Amino acid sequence: MIYSVVGHYSLILGLCIGLILIFFSIQNFKNSNQLDTKILSFSFLQLFFVLISFLALIISFVISDFSNETVFNNSHTTKPLFYKISGTWGNHEGSLLLWLLVLTLFIFIFLLRTKNQPIKYKILTLGFQQVIIIGFFLFLIQTSNPFNYLFPVPDEGLGLNPILQDPALAIHPPILYLGYVGSSIIFSSALAATTLKMITKSWAVHIKKWVLISWIFLTLGILLGSIWAYYELGWGGFWFWDPVENVSLMPWLALTTLLHCILVLERKEILTSWVIVLSIATFTLSMCGTFLVRSGILNSVHTFANDPERGLFILIFLFALIFLSLFIFFFFHQTTKDNSSNFFWLSKETSILVNNWFMMYFLSVVLIGTVYPIFLDVISSQKISVGPPFYHKLIAPFLIPFLFAMAIGPGLKWIRSDLKDKIYLISLLIISILISFFIVKNFNTNILINTILISSALYLFFITLRDFFNKKYKNFAQNTAHFGFSLLILSILFNNLFSSEIITNLKVGETYDNSKTKIVFESINQKTEKNYKSIIANFNITNSEGINNNLSPELRIYNQPNITTSEADIETTLMKDKFIVINLVQNQDYFNVRYQVKPFMLWIWLSVIIISLGGLVSFLQKRT
Amino acid sequence: MKSKLVQYSIILIFLIIFVVFYKSLKDTNIYTPEVKINNDIPIFSTELLISNDELSSTEIFETDKFYLLNIWASWCVPCRDEHPILMNLSKNNKLTIIGMNYKDNKKNAKSFLDELGNPYEKIIVDKNGTNSIEWGAFGVPETFIIYNNKIIKKYIGPLNQELLIEIQKIIK
Repeated sequence: MIYSVVGHYSLILGLCIGLILIFFSIQNFKNSNQLDTKILSFSFLQLFFVLISFLALIISFVISDFSNETVFNNSHTTKPLFYKISGTWGNHEGSLLLWLLVLTLFIFIFLLRTKNQPIKYKILTLGFQQVIIIGFFLFLIQTSNPFNYLFPVPDEGLGLNPILQDPALAIHPPILYLGYVGSSIIFSSALAATTLKMITKSWAVHIKKWVLISWIFLTLGILLGSIWAYYELGWGGFWFWDPVENVSLMPWLALTTLLHCILVLERKEILTSWVIVLSIATFTLSMCGTFLVRSGILNSVHTFANDPERGLFILIFLFALIFLSLFIFFFFHQTTKDNSSNFFWLSKETSILVNNWFMMYFLSVVLIGTVYPIFLDVISSQKISVGPPFYHKLIAPFLIPFLFAMAIGPGLKWIRSDLKDKIYLISLLIISILISFFIVKNFNTNILINTILISSALYLFFITLRDFFNKKYKNFAQNTAHFGFSLLILSILFNNLFSSEIITNLKVGETYDNSKTKIVFESINQKTEKNYKSIIANFNITNSEGINNNLSPELRIYNQPNITTSEADIETTLMKDKFIVINLVQNQDYFNVRYQVKPFMLWIWLSVIIISLGGLVSFLQKRT
Repeated sequence: MKSKLVQYSIILIFLIIFVVFYKSLKDTNIYTPEVKINNDIPIFSTELLISNDELSSTEIFETDKFYLLNIWASWCVPCRDEHPILMNLSKNNKLTIIGMNYKDNKKNAKSFLDELGNPYEKIIVDKNGTNSIEWGAFGVPETFIIYNNKIIKKYIGPLNQELLIEIQKIIK
C-alpha cells in the first residue's frame, strides 16, 4: 500500500517538474547565453521521480500487493517471479509508465550528450519534449493511473494473460518502446531545428545517432514480437499483416526512410522537407499505433482494456501534436532551391530519392490496409477485413525494382556518377536469374514472378557479398544492412514457396500417413506446474528421407485466469523448422493436429539481426 | 513557394481523419459474424469449382425453392463425417444443395469429391474465406437452409441423423 502512495505522489511531482521545466525553458530561451544548470538538474529530478514510481510499481507486483488495482488485475501469487516483474509492463497502465520512464530518460541523455549545438536549439527541443511528457503524465494520472487503490483488499489477483507469460514478450515492450520513444526525441529536435531554421549538415550529423538508436531498437522490438507470435500464438508464421503488426511496421518504414535522408543531409543540404516530414511522421505514426490498439478500435492481444475515455485522450493529444507540427512546418520551413529535379539522374542522391518514394509507397499500402476498414466502417457501416493477399499483391511487384535500386545505388558516387564495371554487374545479374530460374522450376508453378523476385534478391545478395571483400568499399555498415535485407527477402521467399502443411485430427495411438510424411500420435502425458496444468502429446514424425523426429506440443490450462493455450513444439535446424501444434476440439476425443515444415525460418530471424547489426556498426563508427 | 491551397487541404485531410477516428471510438468493434436468420442472403459473384465459370448469386438462388448451402473443405475432418448425410439429402429433388469450398486447394477438393461422391449441384469457391464471413459463418462445416432468398435455418458444425430428419421436415 505504501508503495502505491509513493508511486502516485512521485508521478504528481514528476508532472509538476514538467511544468517548472517549461517555465524555465521559456525564461532561458529569452536570454540564452548558456544552458541554465537548473534545467539539467530538474530534468534529472523528473527522471528520478518517474523511476521511483516505476520501481514502486515493480515492488507492488513482486510482493503481490493486491490493494493496488493494477496488480490485482494483472498478477497472481502463484506466478513465477520473472513474470511478476515483467507483468509490470504487461498491462496498459504499467506499459505507459514504462513509456514515460523512457521519455524522461532519453531527454535527460539528450541534454547531457548534446554538445556543439546552439543553446536555443537544446532548450526548444526540451520544450517540445516536455509537452509530450506532460501529455503522457496527464494521460497516465487522469485515465490510467497504475496506483489506484482497492478496498477491501482482495486475497488473490486475477492473473496475467498466459500468452503474455513468455520471455520474448517480457523484453519485447521495453525494446520496442526504446525505439518508439527515441523517435519522440527526433520529433522534438526536428521541430526545434525547423523553428530555428537550422536543418543543416551539422544538425544531421548530430541527430543521426538518435535516428540510429531508435531504428536499431525498433527493428529488434518488431523482431521479438514476431518471434513471439511465431511460437506462442501457434499460427505458424512470422508475419500476418495483423493491424497490430502493421502499426509497428509503419514507423519503421518512416524511420528507415528518414535514416537514408539524414545520410544525404550529412553531405549536402538537400531533402530538408523530406527530413522534417519524416521526423514528424515517425513519431505520430508511433502514437497513432498506440491510439489504434489501446482504444480498442482494433482488436488484438494488445488491447488491454476498451476504454473510450482513454482513446479520446490519445486522439486529441495525437492531433494536437500533428497540428502543432504542421503549423511549424508550414510557417517556419522555407524550401530552398534544392529542387530534386536538378539531380543528375545517375547519382547517389537520385538513388536515395528513388528509395524514398518506394518506401513511401510501401508505407501507404500498409497504412491504407490498416486504416481503410475503420473508415469504411464509419462511413458505410460495412465491415471488411484486409488480409495478406492485399499486401502481397501490392508489395511484391514493387520489391523487384526496389531491390535492384538497393543493389546498384550504394555503389554510385555523389552528385554525378557513371556505372563502373558494367560487365561485372551484368554477369552477376545473369547468374542470379539462372540460379533462381533453376530453383523455381524444380518446385513451383508460378514461375515468372517468383523467378524475377528471387533473382532480384539474389542480385542484391551477390553484390553486397562481393562488396564485403572489396577493399575500396568503405561503407561496411550500409553493406551489412543491405546484405541482411537481401537475406531476409530470400528467406521469406523460400519460406513461402517451400513450406508444407498437414492438418488432421488424431486420437492417441492413431497414425496419419500420406506418401511423404508419417505422423504417429504415440502417447499423452499430464503434468501439473505451479500455475498451470499441461497436457503433453508425443508425436513421432517420419519424413520421406526417413528422418525421424519426436515432437511434443503442449496444451496448457492456466488456473488464473482460466485460459487454455497451445504451446507449439518446434524443432529448429539451420535449414528448416518443424512445427507442430495441437488444439482441443470441443466434445471430441481427438485433437486437431497441425504439422508444418517451414524452411529458412531461422534465417528470417538471423537476417533481421544482421540488418540491425548494420545499424549498430554505423552507430559506433566515427564519421570519416 | 508552397501554395496556401496545399496547406489548407492537408489540414482538411487531417481534420477528416480526426473525425473518422473520433466516430469510430464510439462504435464497438468486436468482429464477430452475425447470425443472420431470416435475413436476405448476401449478394456476391464468384468462381465455380468444377467449371471455373464466374457466376453471381442471383443466378444460383431462385425464389420459391429450397436450397441448402454447405460450407466445406477437403482438409476439414468433420466434413468427411457429414458427407454421407449430404449424399442422402441430394437424392431429395425438392432441395438443391450448393457447396461452398472454403480456403481449399482445388486439386484436393476434387479428389475429396471423387472419393466420397458429389452431392452438390454447384460449388462456389471461397478461396480466402471472405464469402463465408458475409454469410455469417464461423468456420467449417456450416450449413444454411435458404428459401425465397432468405436464410431460414443455420447449423454450425457437422450434420447428423437428427438434423437430417429435421431438414427433411422443413422442406416438406
